[in-house]
Amino acid sequence: MSKRFWITETPISIPEVVDIVSRREAGAINTFIGTVREFTKGKRTLYLEYQAYVPMAEKKLAQIGEEIKEKWPDAETAISHRIGHLDIKDIAVVIAVSTPHRADSYDASRYAIERIKEIVPIWKKEHWEDGEEWIGDQKETKAYPKGYPEESDQL
Amino acid sequence: MTKILLFAGLQEKTGEEAIELDFSKGSVKDLREQLLQEYQLEDFKTAMVAINEEFAANDRLIEQGDIVAFIPPVSGG
Repeated sequence: MSKRFWITETPISIPEVVDIVSRREAGAINTFIGTVREFTKGKRTLYLEYQAYVPMAEKKLAQIGEEIKEKWPDAETAISHRIGHLDIKDIAVVIAVSTPHRADSYDASRYAIERIKEIVPIWKKEHWEDGEEWIGDQKETKAYPKGYPEESDQL
Repeated sequence: MTKILLFAGLQEKTGEEAIELDFSKGSVKDLREQLLQEYQLEDFKTAMVAINEEFAANDRLIEQGDIVAFIPPVSGG
Protein backbone atom coordinates (compact mmCIF):
# COMPACT_ATOMS: atom_id res chain seq x y z
CA MET A 1 0.00 0.00 0.00
CA SER A 2 1.17 3.50 -0.76
CA LYS A 3 2.06 5.99 1.96
CA ARG A 4 -0.66 7.42 4.19
CA PHE A 5 1.54 10.18 5.58
CA TRP A 6 3.83 12.00 3.23
CA ILE A 7 5.65 15.21 2.33
CA THR A 8 5.53 16.30 -1.30
CA GLU A 9 7.05 19.00 -3.48
CA THR A 10 4.19 18.83 -5.97
CA PRO A 11 0.55 19.98 -5.63
CA ILE A 12 -1.53 17.74 -3.35
CA SER A 13 -4.48 15.93 -4.89
CA ILE A 14 -7.40 16.10 -2.45
CA PRO A 15 -9.14 12.99 -3.89
CA GLU A 16 -5.91 11.02 -3.55
CA VAL A 17 -5.79 11.73 0.20
CA VAL A 18 -9.52 11.11 0.66
CA ASP A 19 -9.39 7.81 -1.26
CA ILE A 20 -6.86 6.41 1.21
CA VAL A 21 -9.34 6.58 4.11
CA SER A 22 -12.49 5.83 2.10
CA ARG A 23 -14.01 2.49 3.18
CA ARG A 24 -17.29 0.70 3.71
CA GLU A 25 -17.24 1.12 7.51
CA ALA A 26 -17.06 4.90 7.27
CA GLY A 27 -20.08 7.11 7.71
CA ALA A 28 -18.03 10.29 7.52
CA ILE A 29 -14.84 11.53 5.93
CA ASN A 30 -13.68 14.84 7.31
CA THR A 31 -11.25 16.70 5.06
CA PHE A 32 -9.16 19.61 6.27
CA ILE A 33 -7.45 21.71 3.63
CA GLY A 34 -4.86 24.21 4.82
CA THR A 35 -4.22 26.98 2.30
CA VAL A 36 -1.90 29.95 1.94
CA ARG A 37 -3.48 33.14 3.32
CA GLU A 38 -2.73 36.49 1.73
CA PHE A 39 -3.22 38.80 4.72
CA THR A 40 -2.14 38.15 8.29
CA LYS A 41 -2.95 40.97 10.72
CA GLY A 42 -3.03 43.42 7.82
CA LYS A 43 0.32 42.36 6.43
CA ARG A 44 0.36 41.08 2.88
CA THR A 45 2.08 37.80 2.11
CA LEU A 46 3.44 37.46 -1.44
CA TYR A 47 4.25 33.74 -1.21
CA LEU A 48 5.47 31.12 1.24
CA GLU A 49 8.34 28.75 1.24
CA TYR A 50 8.02 25.55 3.26
CA GLN A 51 10.92 23.39 4.33
CA ALA A 52 10.83 20.02 6.08
CA TYR A 53 13.16 17.51 7.64
CA VAL A 54 11.43 15.05 5.36
CA PRO A 55 12.11 11.60 6.88
CA MET A 56 11.38 12.82 10.40
CA ALA A 57 8.34 14.82 9.28
CA GLU A 58 6.82 11.74 7.67
CA LYS A 59 7.48 9.73 10.84
CA LYS A 60 5.83 12.41 12.97
CA LEU A 61 2.80 12.58 10.68
CA ALA A 62 2.52 8.80 11.06
CA GLN A 63 2.82 9.23 14.83
CA ILE A 64 -0.15 11.60 14.73
CA GLY A 65 -2.03 8.86 12.90
CA GLU A 66 -1.16 6.45 15.72
CA GLU A 67 -2.23 8.96 18.38
CA ILE A 68 -5.56 9.37 16.60
CA LYS A 69 -5.92 5.59 16.52
CA GLU A 70 -5.47 5.48 20.30
CA LYS A 71 -8.01 8.22 20.93
CA TRP A 72 -10.51 7.21 18.23
CA PRO A 73 -9.87 3.50 17.52
CA ASP A 74 -12.27 3.41 14.56
CA ALA A 75 -10.63 6.34 12.76
CA GLU A 76 -8.45 6.05 9.67
CA THR A 77 -6.18 8.99 8.85
CA ALA A 78 -4.15 10.19 5.88
CA ILE A 79 -2.10 13.39 5.77
CA SER A 80 -0.07 15.07 3.03
CA HIS A 81 1.95 18.26 3.49
CA ARG A 82 3.49 20.19 0.64
CA ILE A 83 6.90 21.91 0.78
CA GLY A 84 8.74 24.34 -1.48
CA HIS A 85 7.34 27.54 -3.02
CA LEU A 86 3.61 28.04 -2.43
CA ASP A 87 1.55 30.92 -3.79
CA ILE A 88 -1.51 32.51 -2.21
CA LYS A 89 -4.46 30.06 -2.18
CA ASP A 90 -2.21 27.05 -2.78
CA ILE A 91 -2.89 23.98 -0.65
CA ALA A 92 -0.23 23.41 2.01
CA VAL A 93 -1.78 20.48 3.85
CA VAL A 94 -4.61 17.99 3.41
CA ILE A 95 -5.88 15.84 6.27
CA ALA A 96 -8.55 13.19 5.72
CA VAL A 97 -10.08 11.25 8.58
CA SER A 98 -12.78 8.64 8.15
CA THR A 99 -14.89 7.36 11.02
CA PRO A 100 -18.15 5.44 11.38
CA HIS A 101 -19.89 8.53 12.84
CA ARG A 102 -19.31 12.20 12.04
CA ALA A 103 -18.46 13.65 15.46
CA ASP A 104 -15.22 11.69 15.77
CA SER A 105 -14.09 12.69 12.28
CA TYR A 106 -14.31 16.41 13.20
CA ASP A 107 -12.51 15.89 16.50
CA ALA A 108 -9.73 13.75 15.06
CA SER A 109 -9.17 16.12 12.14
CA ARG A 110 -8.82 19.07 14.51
CA TYR A 111 -6.46 17.05 16.67
CA ALA A 112 -4.28 16.26 13.63
CA ILE A 113 -3.80 19.87 12.53
CA GLU A 114 -3.03 21.03 16.08
CA ARG A 115 -0.43 18.27 16.49
CA ILE A 116 1.15 19.14 13.13
CA LYS A 117 1.79 22.60 14.52
CA GLU A 118 3.45 21.08 17.59
CA ILE A 119 5.59 18.11 16.62
CA VAL A 120 6.17 17.90 12.86
CA PRO A 121 9.48 19.39 11.65
CA ILE A 122 8.11 21.64 8.92
CA TRP A 123 8.92 25.34 8.71
CA LYS A 124 7.27 28.18 6.88
CA LYS A 125 9.08 31.23 5.55
CA GLU A 126 6.89 34.24 4.90
CA HIS A 127 7.82 36.50 2.01
CA TRP A 128 6.27 39.97 2.34
CA GLU A 129 6.55 43.08 0.22
CA ASP A 130 9.16 44.47 2.61
CA GLY A 131 11.02 41.41 3.79
CA GLU A 132 11.05 37.75 4.72
CA GLU A 133 11.19 35.65 7.87
CA TRP A 134 11.13 32.05 9.05
CA ILE A 135 8.06 31.70 11.25
CA GLY A 136 8.09 29.69 14.45
CA ASP A 137 5.82 28.84 17.31
CA GLN A 138 2.50 29.73 15.64
CA LYS A 139 0.51 28.45 18.59
CA GLU A 140 2.27 31.00 20.76
CA THR A 141 3.05 28.28 23.21
CA LYS A 142 6.09 26.11 23.49
CA ALA A 143 6.07 24.12 20.30
CA TYR A 144 7.48 20.96 21.80
CA PRO A 145 6.02 17.83 23.33
CA LYS A 146 6.20 17.91 27.13
CA GLY A 147 7.27 21.52 26.80
CA TYR A 148 10.94 20.76 26.66
CA PRO A 149 13.54 22.06 26.38
CA GLU A 150 12.50 23.39 29.76
CA GLU A 151 14.24 26.25 31.53
CA SER A 152 16.05 23.88 33.85
CA ASP A 153 17.27 21.78 30.93
CA GLN A 154 18.81 24.67 29.11
CA LEU A 155 22.35 25.86 29.45
CA MET B 1 32.88 13.32 13.45
CA THR B 2 29.24 13.98 14.16
CA LYS B 3 26.89 15.12 11.44
CA ILE B 4 24.47 17.84 12.47
CA LEU B 5 21.55 18.90 10.28
CA LEU B 6 20.27 22.47 10.39
CA PHE B 7 16.95 23.87 9.20
CA ALA B 8 15.01 27.08 8.65
CA GLY B 9 16.41 30.12 10.46
CA LEU B 10 19.33 28.15 11.87
CA GLN B 11 20.34 27.07 8.38
CA GLU B 12 20.19 30.67 7.22
CA LYS B 13 22.14 32.12 10.14
CA THR B 14 24.99 29.63 9.83
CA GLY B 15 24.91 29.42 6.04
CA GLU B 16 25.05 25.63 6.36
CA GLU B 17 22.54 22.84 5.79
CA ALA B 18 24.74 20.47 7.73
CA ILE B 19 27.90 20.69 9.77
CA GLU B 20 30.49 18.06 10.63
CA LEU B 21 31.71 18.51 14.16
CA ASP B 22 34.56 16.92 16.03
CA PHE B 23 32.49 15.83 18.99
CA SER B 24 34.00 12.82 20.67
CA LYS B 25 31.45 11.94 23.33
CA GLY B 26 28.85 13.60 25.41
CA SER B 27 25.23 14.51 25.84
CA VAL B 28 22.91 16.72 23.85
CA LYS B 29 23.61 19.41 26.41
CA ASP B 30 27.38 19.10 25.82
CA LEU B 31 26.80 19.42 22.09
CA ARG B 32 24.68 22.54 22.63
CA GLU B 33 27.50 24.10 24.66
CA GLN B 34 30.11 23.33 22.04
CA LEU B 35 28.00 24.74 19.20
CA LEU B 36 27.05 27.79 21.24
CA GLN B 37 30.74 28.55 21.78
CA GLU B 38 31.54 28.08 18.12
CA TYR B 39 28.62 29.98 16.60
CA GLN B 40 27.37 32.34 19.32
CA LEU B 41 23.78 31.58 18.25
CA GLU B 42 21.08 31.36 20.92
CA ASP B 43 19.21 28.96 18.64
CA PHE B 44 21.61 26.18 19.61
CA LYS B 45 20.38 26.62 23.17
CA THR B 46 16.66 26.95 22.44
CA ALA B 47 16.00 24.71 19.43
CA MET B 48 14.84 21.16 20.00
CA VAL B 49 17.26 18.38 19.18
CA ALA B 50 16.44 15.20 17.29
CA ILE B 51 18.66 12.15 17.18
CA ASN B 52 18.04 9.71 14.35
CA GLU B 53 14.74 11.42 13.55
CA GLU B 54 13.33 11.33 17.09
CA PHE B 55 13.21 14.16 19.65
CA ALA B 56 15.91 13.80 22.28
CA ALA B 57 16.21 15.26 25.76
CA ASN B 58 19.28 17.14 26.95
CA ASP B 59 20.70 14.25 28.96
CA ARG B 60 20.65 11.86 26.01
CA LEU B 61 24.15 10.63 25.07
CA ILE B 62 25.16 10.99 21.46
CA GLU B 63 26.64 7.83 19.98
CA GLN B 64 29.04 7.35 17.08
CA GLY B 65 27.13 7.54 13.81
CA ASP B 66 24.06 9.25 15.25
CA ILE B 67 22.43 11.81 12.97
CA VAL B 68 21.72 14.90 15.00
CA ALA B 69 19.31 17.63 13.88
CA PHE B 70 18.44 20.97 15.41
CA ILE B 71 14.71 21.62 15.15
CA PRO B 72 13.72 25.28 15.55
CA PRO B 73 10.10 25.94 16.57
CA VAL B 74 7.99 24.39 13.83
CA SER B 75 5.42 26.18 11.69
CA GLY B 76 3.77 23.64 9.44
CA GLY B 77 0.11 23.42 8.59
